[in-house]
Amino acid sequence: MRIYLDHNATTPLREAVAEAMAAALRAPFGNPSSVHAEGAAARAALERARGQVAALFGASPGEVVFTAGASEANNLALQGFLRGPAARGRHVVTSAVEHPSVAEPLAALEREGWRVTRVPVDADGLLDPARLEAALGPETALVSLLWANNETGVVQPLERLLPPLVRRGLAVHVDATQAAGKLPIDLRRLPVHLLSASAHKLNGPKGVGCLVVRAGLALEPWVRGGPQERRRRGGTENVPGVVGFGLACELAAADLAPRSAALTDLRDRLWEGIASKIPRVRRNGAPHALLPNTLNVEFEAADGEALLQALDLEGIAVSAGAACASGSLEPSHVLLAMGRSPSEARGALRFSLGLGVDEGQVDTLLGLLPRLVARAREATAR
Amino acid sequence: MSERVVVAMSGGVDSSVAAALLVEQGCEVIGVTMHLAGASSRCCSLEDADDARRVAERLGIPFYVANWAERFRAEVIEPFADAYLAGRTPIPCVACNRRFKFHHLLARAEALGADRVATGHYARIARDPDTGERRLLRARDAAKDQSYFLFDLGPAQLPRIEFPLGELEKTEVRARARELGLATAEKPESQEICFVPDGDYAGLVAAVRPGRVPGEGEIVDGAGRVLGRHPGVQHFTVGQRRGLGLAAGRRLYVTAVDAPRNRVVVGPEEELGAAVAALEGVSWIAGRPPGAALRARVRVRHRHEGAPATVLPGPDGRAEARFDEPVRAVAPGQAAVFYAGDEVLGGGWIAAPLA
Repeated sequence: MRIYLDHNATTPLREAVAEAMAAALRAPFGNPSSVHAEGAAARAALERARGQVAALFGASPGEVVFTAGASEANNLALQGFLRGPAARGRHVVTSAVEHPSVAEPLAALEREGWRVTRVPVDADGLLDPARLEAALGPETALVSLLWANNETGVVQPLERLLPPLVRRGLAVHVDATQAAGKLPIDLRRLPVHLLSASAHKLNGPKGVGCLVVRAGLALEPWVRGGPQERRRRGGTENVPGVVGFGLACELAAADLAPRSAALTDLRDRLWEGIASKIPRVRRNGAPHALLPNTLNVEFEAADGEALLQALDLEGIAVSAGAACASGSLEPSHVLLAMGRSPSEARGALRFSLGLGVDEGQVDTLLGLLPRLVARAREATAR
Repeated sequence: MSERVVVAMSGGVDSSVAAALLVEQGCEVIGVTMHLAGASSRCCSLEDADDARRVAERLGIPFYVANWAERFRAEVIEPFADAYLAGRTPIPCVACNRRFKFHHLLARAEALGADRVATGHYARIARDPDTGERRLLRARDAAKDQSYFLFDLGPAQLPRIEFPLGELEKTEVRARARELGLATAEKPESQEICFVPDGDYAGLVAAVRPGRVPGEGEIVDGAGRVLGRHPGVQHFTVGQRRGLGLAAGRRLYVTAVDAPRNRVVVGPEEELGAAVAALEGVSWIAGRPPGAALRARVRVRHRHEGAPATVLPGPDGRAEARFDEPVRAVAPGQAAVFYAGDEVLGGGWIAAPLA
């Protein structure tokens, strides 16, 4: 039996979601833009799902723009807003620990003449409100922040970071890909204008996500080609995917509190076990400000890539740094931004828990890990 | 439980068949592709990794990528460029074998709980039944033999290495690949130096060490007479005839590359011969030098059948190879590898040819 501890990379589908999607692949098959009954049925399914997604975020359905995932949502937020009429200057403020789907569009805009300020984080991975505010200027059009970090699970204190931005009338984009379904989110209380999320991080399907665009905000489309999504995203909608996303959001909202509590217990059990059984380990990220499911541990003088592969051979799936990275050569930019050296960063493993993980699995891992770490350290020392 | 072996899978036909043979033998095989060079390279790129991944899937074995491009640059590519800048003719394959396949990959194997690393090299390892010592032998397929590139292995590595193709002919390997339905069966042979696919060594040197590439210099003959100009020593290697741009009446060859003075020395073919090669960084398969001078056939480059010589071990990893007859184009930076019949005894790096 495999033990899957890489839920920040992707999650298994909930059974009910898989069933709903399988049904939606067959019917309604119509094009939601069509006038006839087949089209209307598809449109109804789409709008029902839009309501389910909006509810997870405390948004209204008309604010949800479906995309092909969070990366596209981030591109739409940045490119669509900054190239649109509402951007009042050509300066963007972001953090040093963003996901590539924010960092790379911003780098591209920078090459076109926008100015980008990347605010550093502290050794715990946290942004300091004063430093964020100091980065703002009269030309600043947008602040874009990753809410919960995919690698470390560090959750930025938006309740302290955002009010000064709002007082200046700035637009705020938040990448909530990891936060969605793990933390309570209520856009009625959070002054955010654009929020990105993805279905497959919350036990929904891959290839679907959304950008929540608060009412009244003008956005240029990024994918042009039709009137869909109120002209903000062209292309025939992925109805089965959206149906799965909607149900996944509803189910995530329904069990969020007990699931969070259970994952926190399991995560803490894992860390306490590691800390008591294995010497020279360090936890990365502010312990008081973490997602309930994420544990990032540095195993000093061990090669994280080798350790990840050794665990996989034993039937346990974890991650070293970010996952997109079969070709990645660089140590994690997130850990480097937290002041870790490249060799320290290379010793890091990420354990991210989720549905289906239980105490027995955590204990199985704890039974294997000391020997694998010792072996990896001996190999590295040669 | 069966024995766990890591196979270095490049995506090519040889390492694919090596993996398949070990699977047939009942080993618990783990495929690893070393991702060593950037997108511009033909070797060890991510496309090759995809080929290897398909083969691993077909064989039903676990497969991983080891991301070592940064190390490869520091440990192989930069020394390669520096050697050209120093007027030598490097062979990066030896360093790649020693540092990557039989050091980093052995360490990775150990971390994965595997005792041994196997590769698709054409060479053989024999175990002495009495002492347990390992001997390194040429491959049965003489045309494919790669033992020259493995001379600096020793007792620390050889007991933990397997060459499953050592007893096979290349045609047999391709046939096995087809039988097994391996995706790589018809893949073309890889280039001699994988990270310079277009053969433009000077271009690579300029890309790796910008600002350190010398400009034009003089072409001189053995007596120091200036015969012409050249675009930089990194373009030249001992024995080379093309690219000199000289309108001499006779054929002239590069006989030496004088990097400190940015000079290329040329001469007629008879000046290319060296009777003695001074060697450094000498290593012995047995792990220790022989007590006395020994007779051996010495190969001074991969495509050299070898010349009879007396090898005199010296102090500090030095040695001299005294050839029975002068040998043509003994280039500093290449390896001189000592053979007794099919057996590799050791070898060293050519520091200088001596007349």
